[in-house]
Amino acid sequence: MASGTQTISLTVDGVQYTDDVEPRLLLVQYLREVLGKTGTVVGCDTTNCGACTVLVDGRGIKSCTMLAVEADGHEVTTIEGLSANGELHPLQRSFNTCHALQCGFCTPGMIMQSASLLAENPDPSKEEVRHGLEGNLCRCTGYQNIVAAVREAAAETAATSQESSSEATQ
Amino acid sequence: MTIMEERQAEIGRPRPRKEDARLITGRSKYTDNITLPGMLHLSMVRSPLARARITSIDTSAARSAPGVVQVLTGADLADEQGSMPNAWPITPDQKTPPHPAVAVDTVNFAGEIVAVVIARSAAAARDASELVDVEYEDLPVVTDLAAAARDEEIIYPELGTNKSATWVFDSAQAGTGGDVEEALANSEVVVERTFTQQRLIPAFMEPRSTVVDPTGEQITMWSATQIPHVLRVMLALTLGVPESKLRVIAPDVGGGFGGKLQVTPEEVITLLAARRVGKPCKYTETRSETMVGAHHGRDQLQTIRIGANRDGTVTGLDVHLLADMGAYLGLITSGIPILGAFMFNGIYKFSAYRFECTNVFTNKVWTDAYRGAGRPEATFAIERIMDELATELGMDPIELRRKNWIAHEEFPFTTVASLEYDSGNYEAATDKALELFDYEALRAEQRRRRESGDPVQLGIGVSTFTEMCGLAPSRVLGSLDYGAGGWEYAQVRVLPTGNVEVVTGVSPHGQGHVTSWSQIVADRLGVPFENVEVLHGDTQVAQRGMDTYGSRSLAVGGMAVVAATDKVIEKAKQVAAHMLEAAAEDITFSGGQFSVRGTDQGVSFNDVALATFAAHDMPEGFEPSLDSDATFDPENFSFPHGTHLAAMEVDTETGQVRVHKYVCVDDVGHVINPLIVDGQVHGGLAQGIAQALFEEAVYDDSGTLLTGSFTEYLVPAAPDLPEFTVDRTYTPATTNVLGVKGVGEAGTIASTPAIVNGILDAVRHLGVRDVAMPCSPSRVWNAIQQAQSSGQQATEPEVAP
Repeated sequence: MASGTQTISLTVDGVQYTDDVEPRLLLVQYLREVLGKTGTVVGCDTTNCGACTVLVDGRGIKSCTMLAVEADGHEVTTIEGLSANGELHPLQRSFNTCHALQCGFCTPGMIMQSASLLAENPDPSKEEVRHGLEGNLCRCTGYQNIVAAVREAAAETAATSQESSSEATQ
Repeated sequence: MTIMEERQAEIGRPRPRKEDARLITGRSKYTDNITLPGMLHLSMVRSPLARARITSIDTSAARSAPGVVQVLTGADLADEQGSMPNAWPITPDQKTPPHPAVAVDTVNFAGEIVAVVIARSAAAARDASELVDVEYEDLPVVTDLAAAARDEEIIYPELGTNKSATWVFDSAQAGTGGDVEEALANSEVVVERTFTQQRLIPAFMEPRSTVVDPTGEQITMWSATQIPHVLRVMLALTLGVPESKLRVIAPDVGGGFGGKLQVTPEEVITLLAARRVGKPCKYTETRSETMVGAHHGRDQLQTIRIGANRDGTVTGLDVHLLADMGAYLGLITSGIPILGAFMFNGIYKFSAYRFECTNVFTNKVWTDAYRGAGRPEATFAIERIMDELATELGMDPIELRRKNWIAHEEFPFTTVASLEYDSGNYEAATDKALELFDYEALRAEQRRRRESGDPVQLGIGVSTFTEMCGLAPSRVLGSLDYGAGGWEYAQVRVLPTGNVEVVTGVSPHGQGHVTSWSQIVADRLGVPFENVEVLHGDTQVAQRGMDTYGSRSLAVGGMAVVAATDKVIEKAKQVAAHMLEAAAEDITFSGGQFSVRGTDQGVSFNDVALATFAAHDMPEGFEPSLDSDATFDPENFSFPHGTHLAAMEVDTETGQVRVHKYVCVDDVGHVINPLIVDGQVHGGLAQGIAQALFEEAVYDDSGTLLTGSFTEYLVPAAPDLPEFTVDRTYTPATTNVLGVKGVGEAGTIASTPAIVNGILDAVRHLGVRDVAMPCSPSRVWNAIQQAQSSGQQATEPEVAP
């Protein structure tokens, strides 16, 4: 361990990393500057905008409010690790089909927070989506299509799991 | 055209966007994502004081800090930094103070840059910037617009006044109408109001960022900008760098809303720093720096007088503005209120109008374009005062508007402000909006709540707006002393395989032009949507352009694409004729197929593309290329319009305001992609509603910005906004063959007065005459309290026994 740094070991998007980092390094800076995962972006310096949201052990966390050293031993998922086996995540698909993004800057955080929301509440009402995303700012869309996209992804996920459970019982 | 054919057309189809694939997977290329070998990082030292003389700067501690390469002050850069450009001197005698990128002797707003640290990492640069020791001598600060206009303390003594310029439009002088004083004197009713257009912060989500690589033959700048082409010209003019040695790239840009329609000190500084150290340099601002250092919008005091007869006929409008420039004149700072001059008359046909605006300096960051840019200010004033006039006359606000608007059969119509509105149908949009809104039912609900003394009162706000879009006919810009034209450029290139590359001079940063332009070209060339690639935002790729702002991209840039595509077809017809051994005039082109008229002989677009590439057998004298370019200069502006209705609930006990229902019917002409157009309207509404209810840049008396982060500056989140009912009528523009008008700013322009009118309509019976924006609960509650206490005082003598 270099002087003034601390060694951390964590999983990011399914890959194990071990790095020496400055204790003051934010998780978002670690992701962007050390790992080159620039899909996660920084929109503010007061934890208001949520553009930097990632999943830590499956829960939405603003990665500008967490130190890299605090992520030691945890599992981090960014927008770059959300799709699996070459298949887009249902939220990625629905954000596209519902036109839930314009400039795209808030989108990584918005999608990750939506994933966190759906993990807690698989069938949220419009109001529940709005409140579940209240820590994420979007300046382009007025949120209407984001709400629609989250509900569409929820419906798609429900339909898929119903299909697979009916297949399982057959 | 059969229904089947309509379904196959790309234009009008709600295509999900091509550009999303990168953005939803994190493969974005925002400027701050760019890393170059050996790249150094910049941090800015900013003045905490709003007005002061710099007496000394000690950079020695910062220079010796770990990782620091250089520290630059204004004195170091004085000989090369020039003055930041103002491209729109609105009068020949406009007063324009020098605006160095790095302050040299004095600072004039809190947040102004006084020194620059260049270091090996962003953290090292920021750490060292704390060590730069600047001594200041305080100077008196001027923050109040009205006080500044009185010249009690003059910010730039060498200018002799805080007033930059006064610009007047008078319909009597222009020959477009009568004399307003005479009209008002002869009116049966005159209503006067003073409205404040508060200062707003554009608050694009991506903080500004610039990377400059000085190591190649050209200096390359990547920047989070709306205007790579304008930026390149302006950098050349400001710094004396040959324009041909500059390449500017706008990669993915995270929103702009006018806030990135600027040539910034930070861009100039990054270029100068990179050139000095001979290494790539990056500067990315923090959000706090965006708030204090990037230009703001709006900020006007409006004194409005409207005259009418008792039957509701409006006779004239007089507009007096004070517009807060802030401390400097940015790229088009001075022209923003002037854009509004042509819109205060709105959709109405009264015959006397006078507009006078005085631009005034204060010790705040400068103002400049913000979504709507002059037109929201104008629309707010006219639509607010129309509701006040309706109250004064005892008329329904819709009826008052019907009585005064331009009827659909009266188009084209030359307005009292001298514009020619080519088309519109205000009746159709309004009728549709009223129906969707269920106006009569909501009026009944309002009466019920009023009669029952419900603590939550209901109000209905109306806004029937128009705007001038498609900026702009170059000759009009010339007549307004703007420093450039308003044309747009496109190139269409045909690849050997039949794929098509479209180069556009506009610079999208969220508007979906890649998708819409693909739809236009796919229809015109009969090629698959997927086969069209749209390239933009790099001055070496899109060699000409005037960039994206003012709802211009489709109406001007889209038309350039159409013109270039049509040239490709003309060339391809010659090749097809040669291949088919027919005369070029006998060739028809439809659905991607060239045919000889009256025969079944034909060749496909792809066949022609490949044959032209091979060039083995071309017509005599034919230059073997289908590639074509075009520059389109619009003849006129386009004039989207619409009717917006807001039902507002006001809790009279707490001042809490809620949007109960919001309906808008916009007429933006033909629609290329309804998904994208709806999205533009939604986002526009959010920003207009935010001005009405939430947002305000607040400075204290010392010139410190109190709303310097998203904790204090209230950009609405999802729960703060309602679900909108969005619909359209279709009255095509007659001044371009696409029939399009522009949609980027409509929602922002229209919604603010609808919301405030709705709030007033809910509480006017309590004696409230106005609520200043943003209509926060405390402001609404105070307005109700004041109205009731003054009302009680006024009625006391009458009720006394």
